[in-house]
Amino acid sequence: MSATSGAPMIEVRDLTKNYGSFTALQGLTFQVPKGQVVGFLGPNGAGKSTTMKILTGYAGQTSGSAAVAGIDVQADPVAARQNIGYLTESNPLYEEMMVKEYLDFIAEIRKIPTDRKSVRIKEVVERCGLGNMIGKDIGHLSKGYRQRVGLAQAILHDPDLLILDEPTSGLDPNQIVEIRNLIREIGEEKTVIMSTHILSEVQNTASRVLIINEGKLVADDSPENLTHEEGGTLYVVVAPKNGTPLEHNMVERMLTGLPEVSQVNAHEITDEGALGFKVRYSGEDPRRSVFESVVKENMVLLEMRRHHVSLEDTFRKLTSND
Amino acid sequence: MSAVTAIAKREIRSFFNSPMAYITLGVFLLLSGYFYFNTLFLVGQASLREFFNLAPLLFVVFAPALTMRLLAEERKAGTIELLLTMPIRDSHVVFGKFLAALVIVAIGLLLTLPYALSVANLTANNSSFDWGPAVGGYLGLLLMAASFIALGLWASSLSRNQIVGFIIGLLLCFAFYIIDRTAVFLPASMGSVFEFLSVDYHFRNIARGVLDTRDLIFYFSLTGAGLLLTTRTLASSRQ
Repeated sequence: MSATSGAPMIEVRDLTKNYGSFTALQGLTFQVPKGQVVGFLGPNGAGKSTTMKILTGYAGQTSGSAAVAGIDVQADPVAARQNIGYLTESNPLYEEMMVKEYLDFIAEIRKIPTDRKSVRIKEVVERCGLGNMIGKDIGHLSKGYRQRVGLAQAILHDPDLLILDEPTSGLDPNQIVEIRNLIREIGEEKTVIMSTHILSEVQNTASRVLIINEGKLVADDSPENLTHEEGGTLYVVVAPKNGTPLEHNMVERMLTGLPEVSQVNAHEITDEGALGFKVRYSGEDPRRSVFESVVKENMVLLEMRRHHVSLEDTFRKLTSND
Repeated sequence: MSAVTAIAKREIRSFFNSPMAYITLGVFLLLSGYFYFNTLFLVGQASLREFFNLAPLLFVVFAPALTMRLLAEERKAGTIELLLTMPIRDSHVVFGKFLAALVIVAIGLLLTLPYALSVANLTANNSSFDWGPAVGGYLGLLLMAASFIALGLWASSLSRNQIVGFIIGLLLCFAFYIIDRTAVFLPASMGSVFEFLSVDYHFRNIARGVLDTRDLIFYFSLTGAGLLLTTRTLASSRQ
């Protein structure tokens, strides 16, 4: 019954899922060790929800295996599910129940002992900021509070693993920040795997990112590594010092002549009389030498900024299908 | 078992929180009351016979009406995903729903007891009211309700649409009610098989005040079959 110690919290091996002729997952393999907060990314229809449904036992795989806390989800679904708290994508709730009734019901199904039940409900209500809502019908709650109820339901039995399917979708920016903070708090002590479309969310909360596309894993790394690239790009804007117009070719030659720079392209700018360049470099940061050579050539450096690769860039690069 | 009772409790509470509960129970009491007193005033006889003759047909309608939303609604609202990802077996979900409907029927039957008692009171002083058939009748109704609920529950598990659940449940229950009436058209050997399959035939046995294991076995098997089918359908509704 209890979790096998030493086993990874999630172990997915060669998972395949077909819905009729549609292949949702094709040979997905990954592991999540205990205590990690993982962002699970991918375009719509990539298989994120399907993977989560298989882990929670709501969907069955076509082939391959999935285990939670060392327990195979097919072989012993009841034992596996005891370790899981699950917030589904649509977060379905019993509209006619009060928040308190609903959590009571979940506690009873989860077999939380009666003597611990009310204490535990009080804890999660406080944690999820539902204090003023416990006597309200769920059907009357705002989307943000409904999401909190769903989260309260998922953490009620103090599970080791939280599976959150798009926990912030459909929320307004304030609610997103609130729910994100709540997830970050929970993530300090639990293993969390969450899917989302908002990449900044992952950058802030997750220590690891899994990106899947068309049912296959295309990236598995930390957000830092995924946004790191060899060399980079500088945007440079130069202007003449004393009214004599600048010659485009001359400046371009000067920039290309720098040892770190690999490629120079013109870059559209709006400043009158100034010239813009997009400077690609590999290896060393060329900002110092760009500055010095611009000064030496008697020009003014109006602007110089380094372009950072965002998770969005990486995501688009890995998941665009052309 | 606590997950089963939790599900049953939730279902019963949600039933009595909706106005449909009182409409359903009200119509049930009104019709059953009419059957009770019909014999009393028209025939001038203090007997439950008329009621027990017509009650099975009443249940053919009321059992599916009670069960139609039990699983269809969960599928429609998506809450089925919540239940099916809890650390419980599918059969626990089914049994909890079954128990809820059975308790509601039992409450309905309990509310008809005043009718029975008043009929018993009206019995002439020199002749005593025969309690055997009355007790047998109530037990039989409860057993029959159990099998109808199991069938209705299966019907409810088949689609997201309550109305579809109701109509399939109604047809199923009616088929098991009417099947022995078709026995006349069949050869004797087939006829007895059809008779054994009839819910009403076994009910009439029990309502006579005679408790035969064959009748009990029939109701238990039909209920069990319904619950098993429901569990299997629910399992296959997983994606």
